[in-house]
Amino acid sequence: MSGNEAMAEAAIKAGCNFYAGYPITPQNEIPAYMARRMKEEKRVFIQAESELAAINMVFGASSTGARALTSSSSPGISLKQEGISYIAGAELPAVIINVMRGGPGLGNISSSQSDYYQATRGGGHGDYFTPVLAPFSAEEAAELVMLSFDLADYYRTPVLVLADAIIGQMMEPVKLPFKSSFKKKLPQKPWALSGASKRRPNIVKSFFLREGGLEMHNQKLKDKWEEIKNNEQRFSSYKADDAKYLIVAYGSEARIAWEAVDALRGENLKAGLFRPISLWPYPDAGLQKCARNVKKIFVIEQSLGQMVDDVKLALSGKDIKFLGKTGGGIPSASEIIKFVKKAP
Amino acid sequence: MSRNFIRPVSLRDVATHYCSGCGHGILHRLVAEVIDELNLREKTIGVAPVGCAVVAYDYWDFDVCEAAHGRALAVATGIKRCKPEQFVFTYQGDGDLVSIGMAETFHTANRGENLSCIFINNACYGMTGGQMAPTTLTGQATTTTPWGRDPKSGEGWPIKFSEILAGLEGVNFSVRCSVSSPKEIIKTRAYIKKAFTNQLENKGFSIVEVLSPCPTGWQKKPIDAVKWIDEEMVKTFPLGIIKDRCI
Repeated sequence: MSGNEAMAEAAIKAGCNFYAGYPITPQNEIPAYMARRMKEEKRVFIQAESELAAINMVFGASSTGARALTSSSSPGISLKQEGISYIAGAELPAVIINVMRGGPGLGNISSSQSDYYQATRGGGHGDYFTPVLAPFSAEEAAELVMLSFDLADYYRTPVLVLADAIIGQMMEPVKLPFKSSFKKKLPQKPWALSGASKRRPNIVKSFFLREGGLEMHNQKLKDKWEEIKNNEQRFSSYKADDAKYLIVAYGSEARIAWEAVDALRGENLKAGLFRPISLWPYPDAGLQKCARNVKKIFVIEQSLGQMVDDVKLALSGKDIKFLGKTGGGIPSASEIIKFVKKAP
Repeated sequence: MSRNFIRPVSLRDVATHYCSGCGHGILHRLVAEVIDELNLREKTIGVAPVGCAVVAYDYWDFDVCEAAHGRALAVATGIKRCKPEQFVFTYQGDGDLVSIGMAETFHTANRGENLSCIFINNACYGMTGGQMAPTTLTGQATTTTPWGRDPKSGEGWPIKFSEILAGLEGVNFSVRCSVSSPKEIIKTRAYIKKAFTNQLENKGFSIVEVLSPCPTGWQKKPIDAVKWIDEEMVKTFPLGIIKDRCI
């Protein structure tokens, strides 16, 4: 199945009971799949009139305690940023899938990783972050969607699954059924709106007008972001233990870099791959450990260079080279190999 | 002697932040009275707007969800679809409902969502200081139409949105009323009750547009503001039932 379908089925398996979305390429398989499966499961599917409406429907659904999902691609995710900011402010759980395409503007529909800054720096207005998970296969995309629902409920936060067009469109075998890798016990939702029966009214809001109120609220959010930073860093590595040349890439580009690592090893060059899975929080500690005995770091992205900033923050002082292509350009394995070998 | 005029259980015993002569106080009360009368308090989820009534949840004593500006009916759609047994209503102003939220309002109505919408039309943006709204009357001076709204200079005409919505299949009930006098307030209460009852009977989308005074935004004395509704506003926004599928 395609990565898009795998993510949609994973949402079904995760008990997602509400989906709202708006058509945009390259993620149209998700709403199409959900339209059919949600009905079969007697859950809610809505084709919204816009991305704005879809994310705000998710806000409403989540406020009742439902497991709510929306999906889109880059320009549509820009429109959803209003709602994502409100969801973060109101501390509601929600899962948002971004199957990235080229930008800025309408860009194109080719694979791209140029929404990294938007995804990992909050994205909308205000002081907030959202956990961001980047899959590198259809099966991992499904696993990360399942995990996202648990992370969202556990921390009461929107969680972004940052896939790219290649991951969304690529067809490959996927093992079903999935099980979430999240091990902590999920909390009840006493804050959810259900009618104030035998309890005081619940209010879901992100508005704190009284002096000091928002400052206190945002400090509370900061504690949550810190907890997530401490507990939810995820990464994977490949032949990194003895590597002298460490490639850092995520999503479909990590898949390509994997091939490059094998080819370089075949030429007796000690190459390895570090693949962040959580882009926020960025797996700093894991990267530092993998890079301890490395001579050179090569950051490869389908962008003009966004994640490379986080690598520089994690590894200040290290020799870091960047190779990126933009607007639908995809650094190929042979280009990566050439780039690594050429490096002085 | 028995006490006939008591505070509704659904309305908290607190002072509101509204200006003198504002219609929100009356309307908050009418909503609370009808919720009490229909015994809905424990199954109510209200959706508060962005605008002067943004903190309506400080005054109502039931579950309330905040919504971004214009998105109240999208939020309400999400709530109602997940909780079809609960009673869900939105409370929105003209800028929220007709301008920034026109798409959400129109499509929610077109889907025939089983929701009740209270639409407060005060012909200006009250919260931000009295700018032109989509419902501002032709010739009406606001901070952004200092010489009066002039459709011929590109400022558009006042939008009669309840009439437009009434043309949609999904809309069951559309009415325009006012809180400019005790007589009109009594009618408005009856229309709110009808819109709420429609939802309980699964009849789809109901909207109650209420012409409501904004003395501060209009720069009028409260007494002149209600007079302006009766003498001027109703010429553009005539009162009465626009659509009632049940008749």
